[in-house]
Amino acid sequence: MNIKEIFDTMDYGPAPEGSKEALQWLADRGGIAGHYINGKWGHLRDDFPSNNPATGERLAGVTKGTAEEVATAVKAARKAQSAWAKDPHKRARVLYAIARGMQKNSRLLAVMETLDNGKPIRESRDIDVPLAIRHFYFHAGMAQLMESELSDREPIGVCGQIIPWNFPLLMLAWKIAPALAMGNTVVLKPAEYTSLSAMVFCEIAEAAGVPPGVINIVTGDGETGAAIVNSDVDKIAFTGSTEVGRKIRTATAGTGKALTLELGGKSPYIVFEDADIDSAVEGLVDAIWFNQGQVCCAGSRLLVQEGIADRFYSKLKARMDGLRIGSPLDKAIDIGAIVDPIQLAQISKMVGDNTEGETYQTTAPEGCFYPPTLVTGLAPASTLMQEEIFGPVLAACTFRTPAEAVEIANNTRYGLAASVWSENINLALDIAPQLAAGIVWVNGTNMMDAAAGFGGVRESGFGREGGWEGLAGYTKPVGKPRALKPIAPHTGSGGPSDPLDRTAKLYVGGKQARPDGGYSRVVYGPKGAHLGEVSLANRKDLRNAVEAMNAAKGWGKTTGHLRAQILYYIAENLSARADEFADRIKALTGKSGAEEVEQSISTLFTFAAWADKYDGQVHGVPIRGVALAMKEPVGKIATFCADDYPLLGIISPMAAAMAMGNRTTLITSEPFPLAATDLYQVLETSDVPAGVVNILTGSHTELAEQAGAHADIDAVWSFSAADISTTIEKASANNLKRTWVNYGFEVNPTAKDMLAAATEVKNIWIPYGA
Amino acid sequence: MTTASTTTLQSNQLPQVHEPRNDGMALDLDWVASAQANTSAIERRAATLPGRRSIKKDYQAAWLCKAISLMDLTTLSGDDTVGRVRRLCAKARQPVAQPLLDQLGMSGLTTGAVCVYHDMVETAVEALEGSGIPVAAVSTGFPAGLSPLHLRLAEIAESVSVGASEIDIVISRRHVLTGNWQALYDEMRDMRAACGDAHVKAILATGELGTLRNVAKASLVCMMAGADFIKTSTGKESVNATLPVTLTMIRAIRDYQDRTGIKVGYKPAGGISKAKDSLLYLALIKDELGDRWLQPDLFRFGASSLLGDIERQLEHHVSGAYSASWRHAIG
Repeated sequence: MNIKEIFDTMDYGPAPEGSKEALQWLADRGGIAGHYINGKWGHLRDDFPSNNPATGERLAGVTKGTAEEVATAVKAARKAQSAWAKDPHKRARVLYAIARGMQKNSRLLAVMETLDNGKPIRESRDIDVPLAIRHFYFHAGMAQLMESELSDREPIGVCGQIIPWNFPLLMLAWKIAPALAMGNTVVLKPAEYTSLSAMVFCEIAEAAGVPPGVINIVTGDGETGAAIVNSDVDKIAFTGSTEVGRKIRTATAGTGKALTLELGGKSPYIVFEDADIDSAVEGLVDAIWFNQGQVCCAGSRLLVQEGIADRFYSKLKARMDGLRIGSPLDKAIDIGAIVDPIQLAQISKMVGDNTEGETYQTTAPEGCFYPPTLVTGLAPASTLMQEEIFGPVLAACTFRTPAEAVEIANNTRYGLAASVWSENINLALDIAPQLAAGIVWVNGTNMMDAAAGFGGVRESGFGREGGWEGLAGYTKPVGKPRALKPIAPHTGSGGPSDPLDRTAKLYVGGKQARPDGGYSRVVYGPKGAHLGEVSLANRKDLRNAVEAMNAAKGWGKTTGHLRAQILYYIAENLSARADEFADRIKALTGKSGAEEVEQSISTLFTFAAWADKYDGQVHGVPIRGVALAMKEPVGKIATFCADDYPLLGIISPMAAAMAMGNRTTLITSEPFPLAATDLYQVLETSDVPAGVVNILTGSHTELAEQAGAHADIDAVWSFSAADISTTIEKASANNLKRTWVNYGFEVNPTAKDMLAAATEVKNIWIPYGA
Repeated sequence: MTTASTTTLQSNQLPQVHEPRNDGMALDLDWVASAQANTSAIERRAATLPGRRSIKKDYQAAWLCKAISLMDLTTLSGDDTVGRVRRLCAKARQPVAQPLLDQLGMSGLTTGAVCVYHDMVETAVEALEGSGIPVAAVSTGFPAGLSPLHLRLAEIAESVSVGASEIDIVISRRHVLTGNWQALYDEMRDMRAACGDAHVKAILATGELGTLRNVAKASLVCMMAGADFIKTSTGKESVNATLPVTLTMIRAIRDYQDRTGIKVGYKPAGGISKAKDSLLYLALIKDELGDRWLQPDLFRFGASSLLGDIERQLEHHVSGAYSASWRHAIG
């Protein structure tokens, strides 16, 4: 077309970004991506190709890392770790230098990312690369502040990190920056489709003065990833599919390896009738058509209020028609290529298999492209509303009321992110905390920053990346824990000293309940005295306790002030019967109980004190607005109490959980259960609402599997001396609940550690503007 | 006066298909009340636009020529004289040096209109005779709009009678700021009536309306009252045309079309002085309203210095070397 013709049509023309420099960079290095271990490139083999998905052309060969190569990398990381952990200021300088180096090479990084992944150059240039750089700047600061602000924490050690293909460089930054800042060393595996920007990064890191062994990259596929999971690392950080997350949870169960998982999502995008509809439509471009929808936190479930649905859909379709799909290197392209033909086939199959609702699609070029797609008229039960598609496909249904919007939004196994669109501040701020998600955007979507934690609840995984909250995943409490010895119950014979029957029942839903199984056992004192009988709870009693916790869901909405009052009241009533409890502990254990009772009362005071003071934060994110890091209760927590402290072992987790608004089921000290059962009467007289605290007695080993596998328990803690950590973690892979277990060690957590375990940080982004 | 026949003059770049004029509708206060504009979200869309759209090479040259054809070449100064206005009109007829136009294959390109104060209308009409370039007059006590209503209406009639085929009126900002939509509607209705066959552009003075929500509401009310165009600014406010304001106004135009089937024009004015900015505006209009709006009957730039920058870019396109302003004729 000549200029006059273009003048008449006013079409967009091609605006290609050059790829010559990036291709030359690869050619100069032999055209093979491979391991960077102990500061050296090595073992470069052409085991499989890395292709440009937009053209199908081969970009480079990739080395598939073997278990031996992984072991070599882990060894190098281990060797480098203690020196790296020594000097926080040096770490700050190195991280700062990495950020600067990335800035200087930002175009190379962006073009490499787009070549390798297929995402539009606009996104890699304006989003991925700047956010990755920001992560290093931010964490350079965290390294500098670690000594003063995190004096009770130390590095975990060697971190194995496995990242996905959708944001290769950004996910690398999310993993490496905080790990290094906190004094860890890393072995990181890029995704098999997208290893190339990591190669560029290694050169930048080396030039920035990262010592050999601190950053190790091993390329490869899922088998290489499995080798990292099974290697001698202290922690695994994984971002990827929920399916692989489960495998990693199973594989690491009981090993003591720390674990953070950032998994899939099916994030709701809720539009109320009073929203700025045009802006909400535009928001969807960034929610589901960003990165071809291959985003774990993509707003992939559109929930729109019924009265505006038709108008909204027609505006949305008009906007879809304007999206430009094509060469990712074109600077005026909205939607690029799907990462790989395999992924394209999966998206096509999921949409093709759908028989419900109405599908609206624009067109896409030949090749590894998929058109923007909207499926309306779905129900929450529709497969496309439940399953993650990981493509540019938006599933939509309607709702009638705010309460129904929340109900549909939370009707999912996932819980990563959510968007709420309304111009009514009361409505928006009421809905945001009710959504089961780690991140909520009010009148926005996909806003991210290093200063705000990112991560989910439910099967979207656990742990946060970014913000102060993200540092918990790369640090551990200072000190070496002591191994616990299992404590066998005392034995004896003969009848009770008191002929009146004193069989302790279970405490479920505010009532004393007989055990489902109808079994009990005698509890003897150290000298064989018959102290009483105790019920043996089974899986059905645990089920009943969960139902009781469900019935008490209002507890999470009570005020910190009220929860403090109730905890003080428990302390008061316990204090009134201090002698009786001290005697009971003495009778059970043979040791004086007075001190343990005092400690229990003091612990109740501590958590009562925290109940209205464990504040959230307002993160300094770079928008006009706020990111509120709200501390929300985890939900329903089952705890296997410490065996050696019959009273304190139950009071401490109970008080911490209650203080933060959780409901809890506590499985008492197995050998010494009777102090905890005496607590029923204290709880009954202390205004504890029914179902908030439930107490079971019985076998830790028997109940561990059940508690771990129960899908309606949000977290399991174990301080038990019994060997149940592996069982709990393995069983939890089914639902990916949070576990906090002791691996057979004595855990003496600080109050803050317990409060952190009892809460989830939800980041609510609220941009504002008159 | 012998200019009656020129009042319906149309630019030679007008498309063949004529849109029906906006006759307005009854004031719909429910619609006005329900208008929303989320400032942060609108700003984000505007801020990312430059990264999302890039126009290069021949396309850039063609788009810049388009920007010229959509330009209301403007002088609105207290020291305007007959000589100054004639000079401007000469520039409107020949906005780009002929050799450059020849090389671009764009011979015959003119600006969309010339925009002047009432006193200069006759001069401009005379100077543009035979060119097909319409003359627009700013009116109604421009820029503040605070003179008596009957005088403002009379001013419109005067300008029309001396040959202005487009009238840029200013609205009473106080009606917006006090939420007196009925008063705004009535005023706009009266002004539209005073314009007769001349097309009326309603200047909202968005920099003085306080919020984007007010901009959205004022846009709707003016369209309901029969505005042919809605326009951002007089160029005299401290903040004039911006991309967020543009997005807000063109979304209102889109809603108005959805509801009535009528296409209303849009004119950003003030502060658009770079060729690159004009490309952004065109891209935003193209993406949000569609190609039909990229014609002078539905879109204008109100600008005085933009043309100079476009000329330099066009010369760069043809020669490959960066240009200098003194190589291009002033207006």
